[in-house]
Amino acid sequence: MDITANTPAPPPPATRTTGGGTVTRPGDRIFSGLSRGSGILLLVIMGAIAAFLTIRAVNAISKDQGNFFTTFEWNATANPPVFGIAVLAYGTIVSSIIAMIIAVPIAVGIALFISHYAPRRLASPFAYVIDLLAAVPSIVYGLWGALFLVPHLQGLNLWLDHYLGWTVIFDQSNPGTAARSLFTVGILLAIMILPIITNVSREVFRQVPRANEEAALALGATRWEVIRLSVLPFARSGIISASMLGLGRALGETMAVATVLSASPVLSARILDPVGGTFAQNIAAKFNEANDFGRDALIASGLVLFVITLLVNGAARLIIARRKEYSGANA
Amino acid sequence: MAKRIDVSGLSAYYSGFKAIDDISMNIEPRTVTAFIGPSGCGKSTFLRTLNRMHEVTPGGRVEGKVMLDDENLYGSGVDPVTVRRTVGMVFQRPNPFPTMSVYDNVAAGLKLNGVKKKRDLDTIVEKSLKGANLWNEVKDRLNKPGSGLSGGQQQRLCIARAIAVEPQVLLMDEPCSALDPISTLAIEDLIGELKEKFTIVIVTHNMQQAARVSDRTAFFNLSAVGQPGKLIEIDDTERIFSNPSVQATEDYISGRFG
Repeated sequence: MDITANTPAPPPPATRTTGGGTVTRPGDRIFSGLSRGSGILLLVIMGAIAAFLTIRAVNAISKDQGNFFTTFEWNATANPPVFGIAVLAYGTIVSSIIAMIIAVPIAVGIALFISHYAPRRLASPFAYVIDLLAAVPSIVYGLWGALFLVPHLQGLNLWLDHYLGWTVIFDQSNPGTAARSLFTVGILLAIMILPIITNVSREVFRQVPRANEEAALALGATRWEVIRLSVLPFARSGIISASMLGLGRALGETMAVATVLSASPVLSARILDPVGGTFAQNIAAKFNEANDFGRDALIASGLVLFVITLLVNGAARLIIARRKEYSGANA
Repeated sequence: MAKRIDVSGLSAYYSGFKAIDDISMNIEPRTVTAFIGPSGCGKSTFLRTLNRMHEVTPGGRVEGKVMLDDENLYGSGVDPVTVRRTVGMVFQRPNPFPTMSVYDNVAAGLKLNGVKKKRDLDTIVEKSLKGANLWNEVKDRLNKPGSGLSGGQQQRLCIARAIAVEPQVLLMDEPCSALDPISTLAIEDLIGELKEKFTIVIVTHNMQQAARVSDRTAFFNLSAVGQPGKLIEIDDTERIFSNPSVQATEDYISGRFG
């Protein structure tokens, strides 16, 4: 056992008490006051935001005539107001899952290529191009998605419908409809979260100790086996963190989704159908025309998105913590 | 199981820099050969040319011949991956795979070689850990992470991992330099046992260690910083430490420089 990792830290050395009281210098006092002040300020701001959101959200939900969690449509400005998050939660989660399924393997592949396969001369410019991808504003992705991706995905959609329609997931209710669907949104989100997952993974891959890789090489491992034996296990928690960063962006993405998706309050397993919605897209679409109460209702939906993001992050931390003693941190 | 090594006219480079120059030597099977010499004299680099690990360093390049019995390791069409499965290596700092258990560390090389049956793996893992004098200390914690062992145990774990694939030759690059005297003694005893089965080459900065464990000793030196390292002489260990034929060897051993 690694003793240092398992025994509690020794108690801190007793503070000097000779002479009665320690000398504090004005610089120390000012700096500690400043840093403590900023810490407290941050907590106060966070608390104020949380209180504001919760009060407005509770106000809205208490007057909701439908069940907030199971109602499909969003008629917060109607009289009486009827609104719920079922379609939004479903759309948000489904589009993000599609994005993760597409983006994570590709991003890890690109990161491995840059860190372990590409000749050095090629690796830097390649990494730079990936960085550029992160610099494109999301509205531009949205426009590209609506004007290029949507028409060009129609063929793929027909193909999927024809050959994989029996899975229901890839069945189209009206074959040949415009690809303004959760599936298209998922593909677009995948492209958008690709750079962040790639960059973080690449950094982690670079930090794999040379000794670990040489251990595998000296056993007669091929390049792929070196990656499997020493790089991927070492980078595992880093890849999870990177994916969570990407997932966070996918869950909250607004403009690109709002531009591409043809939103309607329908909850369907057919991900190629142009129906559905996401939290952020719904807020963007409804906010301007909403009255005060309608805005409260939208805030309530935003709170739910916030909770989902928190849960996802918590789950990721759990996964990372579970195999901590194998993480390589104590090597 | 042990093979003879014949090196002739071997030079190694890091990009434009020549690290070792024109080295030739013979290493007999089932012997321990120690490489000694001041830092930067190229003894580790030379060791790494014997299993083609030198070329994984960016810019690393080798000229010359290394014959393992009748096979030239640098012949055309020779796969370095195959070479490294025949010539095992133990490093200066213990480097078990941190994410793997004790068992999986030893089994890692076997799995690369396609040993899949649980029973075969169990047998070889036990045999290798016994061979590395580690079995009694870890038999109850085979599923605990290898990185949780002490430094000396980790190094013996690395030796177990290296001998599990039954290499012809075992290279050791200062295997005890990160260990305390007790662990060092354990490894040295182990080297004495391992030489009955393997050809062993060990790089060491510790001259007493070279004297204790090796049959033959090679002294490397460099004429100045920035100059390539050269093999000064190789002879029976006893002779090197009592009556070397080159003055520089005697100066180095007696502590007059280095």
